[in-house]
Amino acid sequence: MDGEILRDPTRRFVLKSGAATGGGLLLSFTMATEGGAAGATQVNAPQINAYVRIAPDGKLTIASKVPEVGQGIKTSLPMLIAEELDVDWSAVTVEQAIADSKVYGRQVAGGSMATTLEYDGLRRVGATVRALLIQAAATRWSVPVESCSTERGFVISGSRRAAYGELAEDAAKLTPPDPKTLVLKDPKAFRIIGQSHKSQNLDAITTGQPLYGIDTRVPGMLFATFAKAPVFGAKVASVDLAPAKAVKGVKDAFVIEGGTSLQGLLPGVAVVATSWWAARKGREALDIKWADHPTSAQSSAAFAAKAAELAKGPPQRVDRADGDVDGALKGAAKTVEATYSYPFIAHAPLEPQNCTALVKDGKVEIWAPTQNPEPGRKLVAAALNVPEDAITIHLIRGGGGFGRRLNNDYMVEAAAIAAKAGAPVQLIWTREDDIQHDFYRPGGWHNLTAGLDASGKLVAWNDHFVSFGEGNGFAPSAGFNATQFPCRAVDNYRVQVSVMPLGAPTGPLRAPGNNAFGFVLQSFTDEVAIAAGKDPVAFRRDLLGEPRLLGAASERDSFHTGRMRGVLDLVAETSGWGRKRPKGSGLGVACHYSHMGYVAVVVQVTVKDGAIKVDKAWAAVDCGRQIINPKGAEQQVQGSVLDAIGAALHQQITFEGGATTQSNFGDFPLLRMADAFDVEVHFKLSDNNPTGLGEPAYPPAPAALCNAIFAATGKRIRSLPVGDQLA
Amino acid sequence: MAFTLTVNGETRTADVDGDTPLLWVLRDTLGLVGAKFGCGAALCGACTVHLDGAPVRACVTPVARVGKKKVTTIEGVGKTPVGAKVQDAWKAIDVPQCGYCQAGQIMSATALLTAKPKPTDADIDAAMNGNLCRCATYIRIRKAIKVASGQAEV
Repeated sequence: MDGEILRDPTRRFVLKSGAATGGGLLLSFTMATEGGAAGATQVNAPQINAYVRIAPDGKLTIASKVPEVGQGIKTSLPMLIAEELDVDWSAVTVEQAIADSKVYGRQVAGGSMATTLEYDGLRRVGATVRALLIQAAATRWSVPVESCSTERGFVISGSRRAAYGELAEDAAKLTPPDPKTLVLKDPKAFRIIGQSHKSQNLDAITTGQPLYGIDTRVPGMLFATFAKAPVFGAKVASVDLAPAKAVKGVKDAFVIEGGTSLQGLLPGVAVVATSWWAARKGREALDIKWADHPTSAQSSAAFAAKAAELAKGPPQRVDRADGDVDGALKGAAKTVEATYSYPFIAHAPLEPQNCTALVKDGKVEIWAPTQNPEPGRKLVAAALNVPEDAITIHLIRGGGGFGRRLNNDYMVEAAAIAAKAGAPVQLIWTREDDIQHDFYRPGGWHNLTAGLDASGKLVAWNDHFVSFGEGNGFAPSAGFNATQFPCRAVDNYRVQVSVMPLGAPTGPLRAPGNNAFGFVLQSFTDEVAIAAGKDPVAFRRDLLGEPRLLGAASERDSFHTGRMRGVLDLVAETSGWGRKRPKGSGLGVACHYSHMGYVAVVVQVTVKDGAIKVDKAWAAVDCGRQIINPKGAEQQVQGSVLDAIGAALHQQITFEGGATTQSNFGDFPLLRMADAFDVEVHFKLSDNNPTGLGEPAYPPAPAALCNAIFAATGKRIRSLPVGDQLA
Repeated sequence: MAFTLTVNGETRTADVDGDTPLLWVLRDTLGLVGAKFGCGAALCGACTVHLDGAPVRACVTPVARVGKKKVTTIEGVGKTPVGAKVQDAWKAIDVPQCGYCQAGQIMSATALLTAKPKPTDADIDAAMNGNLCRCATYIRIRKAIKVASGQAEV
C-alpha cells in the first residue's frame, strides 16, 4: 500500500538532532536503525543519513524534506539525491520527512525556493552516501577507493561487485567525507535529473488510500468543529453550550478564549464529537453572541472610497524615485493615465483546513497538512505553554496549498482544542470557514501615469500605489516591490505609496504581490504600447533593450533584460504572434519576473455576446539551465496559468459589516472543466542556476488575458475580476 | 438508527442518524476515506461516489436515502473493468498534482465512460463540470478520459 497515514509510525526517518552542518545538510550519521523503534518491515535497513535508508535487498528509501502540496517536490527533490547516489529511480521509495529544522533546515513549501536552495545540497547528500558506500566496499575488499566506481546501485572494483544493500550497514558506521571533496556529476551524465518521473503516491491517490490530513486516524480520536466570529477576531460574548452537548455523538463543547492577533489563536467555540457530522450538527445548534469589535464596520465599498480619496491626495511616502518624473511627464509628447485595481481573493485549496493533534503528558503530536511547520510549532508552544521540542509535527500531504498553508491557524486551533478535550482531536473546517477565515491576497490600487516622447519611447513612469497598512508598514503581503520592471529600464521612475488600515487577515497567495503586480504592470504597459502606436511585443522588446542586468547580481530582485527578451521572443514564436485574428478574437501578451523565473505568456481569447472564451495559452519559461522533472515542470506552469486566469475572470472576496461576503464555491467560483484550455509550455534554458516553478508562471497570465480581451474587443480591463464587464 | 448498506459489494451497517450524509458515514463510520470533503454543498464533486452506477455527491446524500442502492466508492471502483481502465489512464497520464479531487474525478469519469464509451469533448465538459480541480489538472483529466476510452494514446 502506498498510503502514508496509516503506516507504522516507527518507520519514519530516525532523526539525530544537532547534527546538521552548513547548508542544512545532515552529514553525520545515525547508527543503523534506532533500537526498538525500528519497524518490523525495515528492521535491517540501515539509515545512512537523515535522507537515505538502504535495505539489504537494495530497496532504497529517500526522505523528502519539503512538504508536498501538489507542487511535485516529493518527486523532484529525491531525484536530486538519487542521481548522485547512482541508483535506478525504480528502486527508490520516497517518504515524507518529519518536521525538524535542526536536521533538515528550511522545510517550507513557499517562495518557489526549494529547487533554488536544494539543487546543490541534496545532490551532495546523494554523493556523500555514494562515497560512503564506496569506502565500505574498498575497506571490505582491501582495495584503494580510487579503484572503485558505481553503477546503478552497485560498487565495482575490477571484477568485484557489491550491491549497495550489502554495503549499507558498514557504510552507516563510517564518518562522512568533507562535502567539499565530493565531485558532483557532469550534467551530461545525468540519468534521472532531466527525465520525467511521475508524481509520488499516484497509486494511493487513484485508489483512495489514506493520504491527506483529513484521512489521518489516531486511536481514540474525536472530530471537532470550531466556530469563529464572522468579524475577524471578535470575542465570544455569550453562548449556551447545552444545545450542542445535547446532540448525539457530541462529547464536549467549550469556548476557546484566544487572543487578539489575527496571526494567532483566535476566539471561538469548539464542538468535539465522535464523528465530524455530529460535531457540525452540534455547532449548528449553538446561538453564539459575538462581542462588538472595532472592525465590525469595515467594507469593500468603504475601502474603495478611501482608496480613491488617497489617490487624489498627496502620497504618504515615496518608496523609489529615479530621475525627474514630474519634469519628464511635463515634457512628454503624450501621457497615459489609468487606475488599476484588483480584489482580495481567497486560496481555497480543495482540502479544507484541518489538523490532528494529540496532547498528552506535556507532549504534543501533530499531523498537519502545512506548508511551513516551524511557525506553527511556535504558535502551538505559545498557546499551550509547552517547549518547542516537546512538539512533534508530521508533515502530511496537503490537498492544495497555494500559500494558504504557510499560515498555521488550524494547527494551533487543533492543539488548543485537543488540550482541552483530553483526547486526540481532528479539527476540520467547513468550506465556509475556509472562505471566510482565509489569509487573503490583499486588494490594491495603482494610479499610473506614463510619459512617451515623440518617437513613442517610454520616458517616465509614476505609480501611486494605494494599499493596506499602518505607518510605514504594509499589511502582510500588501507591499509593493518598487524595483518591479520597468524600474531601472526607464530613466524617470517613481513609486509613491499611501496606505489605509485593514482589519482582515492577509497573507501570501501563489506568487505573492506579483500575482497582482503582473496584471497591473503588464496591462498598463500594453496600454502604453497601444498609445505609442506600437505592437505590444515590439514595444516590450524596445523597453527591455540591450541584454543587461538591472540591479546587483546578489539581489533577488535584480532583473536580466536578456533573459526576459529570450522568453518573450520564444512565446511570440510559439504562439504565432502577429497572425491575423477574426473579429471578436485576439491575442494578448505579457511577461513578468518573479521568484527568480522569467515567464512570458500569450493568451488567445474569443469574445462573443459579452462571453469570454479562452481558446489557448502559450507560456515560455526561463528557470535556469536544468529542468529537473520536465513533466512536473510543465504541470506547474500549466496549473499556474489556468489558476491565474480562473481567478482573474471570476474571483473576488468582499467585506460587508466587517465580515467576508462569500462563503463557498457558488459565490467564489473556481475554473471548471468546460472553461479550461490548453497551455502550451516551452522552456528556454539559460546558463543560470535552476529555480522553482510553483509560482512564476502565474503573474503574467492575467495581463495576457486582459490584453487579449483588449485586442479582441477594444475594451481595456483595469479592474479585476473581469466578471461581466463585457456584458 | 442502524442502516444496512452495500458498499463495494460488501454488506456494512452504520448506526447513525438518517440525515447523516453518506460521505461522513463512509469516512467516519466505515473507515473509507477515499471520498473527500471539499464543500459540503455539492459544488466541488470531491465526494463523488456511485449509487447503482450513477454518480452522486455523497456530501449532500443523506444515508437514509441510499436504501438498497449499491454504493461504489473509489476504493472499490477498480473492481469494474471501466473503473480499472480509468485508474490506469490516470496513472499513465500522471494526472494529479495535489491529488485531492482526483477520487471524485475518477468516479465521475468512470460513470461517464460506462454510459458513453466514446465521449466527445462536449460530453466530457458536461459530465466533468461538477468536479473542481483547484490545481487545474483539467488538460490531463480530459486526456486521461480519452486514453481510457481508446480515443487517444498515452
